[in-house]
Amino acid sequence: MGLYLRYIRLLLKSQLQYRASFAMTVLTQFLTPFAAFFGIYLLFERFGSIEGWTVYEVFLCFAIIGASFSTSTCIARGFDVFPNMIKNAGFDRFLVRPRGTIIQVLGSGFDIKRIGHLIQAIIVLIIAISGVKISWNIIKIFTLVNMIIGGACIFSGVYMLQAALAFWTVEGLEIANILTNGVREYASYPLDIFPKWITRFFTFIIPFSLVNYLPLKALLGHYSEHLIFYMLLPLVGILFIFPCILAWNFGVKHYCSTGS
Amino acid sequence: MKPYISALRVRYLNGLQYRAAALGGLTTQLFWGLMRIFLYNAFYKSGGQPPTMNFPELVSYIWLQQAFLAIIMLYDWDYELFDMITSGNISYELCRPCNLYGFWYVKLLSKRLASATLRFSPIILISLLLPTPYRLTLPHNIMSLLLFLVTMLLGSLLLVAISMLIYISVFKTMSPVGSMAFFGILGEFFSGMLIPIPLMPEWLQRICYIMPFRWTSDLPFRIYSGNISVSQGLMSIGVQILWIFVLVSMGLAMMKRITKRIVIQGG
Amino acid sequence: MITVKGLCKTFKVAKRSAGTKAAFKALFKREYDEIEALREVSFNIKAGEVVGYIGPNGAGKSTTIKIMTGILVPDSGSCEILGRIPWKDRIAHVKDIGVVFGQRSQLMWDIPVIDSFELLRDIYRVSDHQYRMNLDKLTDILDLTQILYTPVRQLSLGQRMRCEIAASLLHSPKILFLDEPTIGLDAVSKIAVRKFIKDINKENGVTVILTTHDMGDVEALTDRVLLIGKGQILFDGSFKKLKSRYNTYSILTVDHSGDGSISDMQNIEILSNINGRIVLQVDTSHRTVSSVIRQLSDSLEIRDISVESRPIEEIIAALYKEYRI
Repeated sequence: MGLYLRYIRLLLKSQLQYRASFAMTVLTQFLTPFAAFFGIYLLFERFGSIEGWTVYEVFLCFAIIGASFSTSTCIARGFDVFPNMIKNAGFDRFLVRPRGTIIQVLGSGFDIKRIGHLIQAIIVLIIAISGVKISWNIIKIFTLVNMIIGGACIFSGVYMLQAALAFWTVEGLEIANILTNGVREYASYPLDIFPKWITRFFTFIIPFSLVNYLPLKALLGHYSEHLIFYMLLPLVGILFIFPCILAWNFGVKHYCSTGS
Repeated sequence: MKPYISALRVRYLNGLQYRAAALGGLTTQLFWGLMRIFLYNAFYKSGGQPPTMNFPELVSYIWLQQAFLAIIMLYDWDYELFDMITSGNISYELCRPCNLYGFWYVKLLSKRLASATLRFSPIILISLLLPTPYRLTLPHNIMSLLLFLVTMLLGSLLLVAISMLIYISVFKTMSPVGSMAFFGILGEFFSGMLIPIPLMPEWLQRICYIMPFRWTSDLPFRIYSGNISVSQGLMSIGVQILWIFVLVSMGLAMMKRITKRIVIQGG
Repeated sequence: MITVKGLCKTFKVAKRSAGTKAAFKALFKREYDEIEALREVSFNIKAGEVVGYIGPNGAGKSTTIKIMTGILVPDSGSCEILGRIPWKDRIAHVKDIGVVFGQRSQLMWDIPVIDSFELLRDIYRVSDHQYRMNLDKLTDILDLTQILYTPVRQLSLGQRMRCEIAASLLHSPKILFLDEPTIGLDAVSKIAVRKFIKDINKENGVTVILTTHDMGDVEALTDRVLLIGKGQILFDGSFKKLKSRYNTYSILTVDHSGDGSISDMQNIEILSNINGRIVLQVDTSHRTVSSVIRQLSDSLEIRDISVESRPIEEIIAALYKEYRI
């Protein structure tokens, strides 16, 4: 843990060196999801609602996914850019150190600039909470927090899987984009507006619906019982990381037997 | 002309080498198009103010956006150019017997055309074969198709002219991230890629029409589906040509000034 | 302490052919070439040795080093270093070795060198006391005091290289793997780096394995040379022995007063004869240099003489030629 904190400190120091570029990027990180948010607002202005969901409910969904995504792209940045490292044969450097590869990859990229996206998500969250009809209690607050944590864990796990794939091929990884940016974009809406098979994919393959959709319904009062169950459900996202770690270790083994 | 064609050919072949990348990219784009269609389908079903574009026209709009993404997406990242600009190291380029603006323009254009050539046919093919209501409809009529192709071509020339201005701006800002990301979002929004322009409120649509962005993508796609009539489309060609002329002239003038400055200051 | 026996490693590389037809074909079926990188490579290295590992590109040098550092698993054969199998006990093994990749940096680019050093201290879990001691000594020998607080991107290549070497020694490794450590360095830096490596070997008993194309490095540092070509060890012995085998001629430069001509001489080739300076190539397998000098002094008034052996690069080239690698 101490090592990870040292990594973060050094990365922050390194990133803050270029102040102008830093500010510019943070601004861009804010503007991009803001444009998406504005887009949603415009669509609701014209259409009024979507499959029964109101604009503030969708804002809530959007903000939670935004918070999860920005947190994970900040922490898991090392895995996101890992395919580049494989291309440049930089991974050997990690293998030559007496530490686990995962902590080293995590320590190679903590992207504080993503805070622009996080700030935007928090602003939309505030807007959403002010407009949505929820009777808040301690369970619901925890549900919200867990949704963000669970979502961040799943996104991070996907980045780890994408990085593990890079041990086999550096091409064709664009498809993992579906599970990161794709989910961020379309799971900003409650999943039931999409055909059933999509919801099923996001329950059993990558468990987003457990972490995001079902607890959202609980927040908005669609369920009257078992609210504690829905509060704990998003933590399934944390479990998702374990198979991802296995995939990563398998990838490292493969790399060591075939070379770069 | 020959060096430009061979440059195009090399890029095309290079693209073919990476078959896994091609397949992955294709799947991603199909996913994106499909999800967008599902999303708007849900919106259309919910009532509200009916937009000036019906659902089949919207579906065509979305599939054409995916098919020609390489041409219409303003955001682009040419490492080589950015490197040259930020280091001031354009001395090799200036030694070539070509106009620098022209050379870079053709480079950017050929990259996009090569990418688009690889990508558009599988997407068009697959989207034509999907079940209704998710499928790409055939063009409104022959004239629409022809007009679509012409405005698409002019649109790509226009887009590269805009893109050139962004690259040139980096000479001033010295920040590729700043210039490209900012105009990238701007272009994405005002060309109808985030929200199709006919779905925007009236006042915002009018703003879009004043800017050059929608004349690269929104225009040709709506001509294709008949949402914009042939007669309106013919007039629009004039607007496209005007924009191209204005932006290219600006670009040439700015480039001239910059290269003069660099040559005098010594790189 | 290093025992390598019968290492074999084969790689599969995807074939990428040129031309449109081949590119389309490759879309459907990928073909592979099999490259035998190592064929029964065996050698032993004792503690405290400085070994030069040379060979043309693609000969198998980096493959062997990767196996010894624990990054790569061989297809067959054994390797034991300090009683461990590198790829099996990776973390324990790696604690005792230091690696310098000449062209790839292990230091963080935008922050002061000292910050990277402290990170390495944490990664290797070096005790504060040991770290202080090593840092002071390394800073002193490598002359780093001025640059410790400078970001790496502002350093010259020579300064960066000195920092890289220091970084690799902070955790007191027993074995040091150096891959092209003097590449791109100016003469002064090269000498400094070479001197340092020799010192660290003598004083601390660090075993050094040096992969390089720079024969000056090999000559200055190593007692022993391993030559690898096409996956096999072709020569394992002292550098002197290597040189003497191929040191087939010497270059003799003679400055004279200008009068007198040289008579026909055996086993020599006159390379140039201008303005009182003669440059001769002497075939040392058939004649001694001293006999040539004696013969010259009979007919010339000699002012100055210098003798050079065959350039080492040529020796190596001849060596490669003989082994057909």
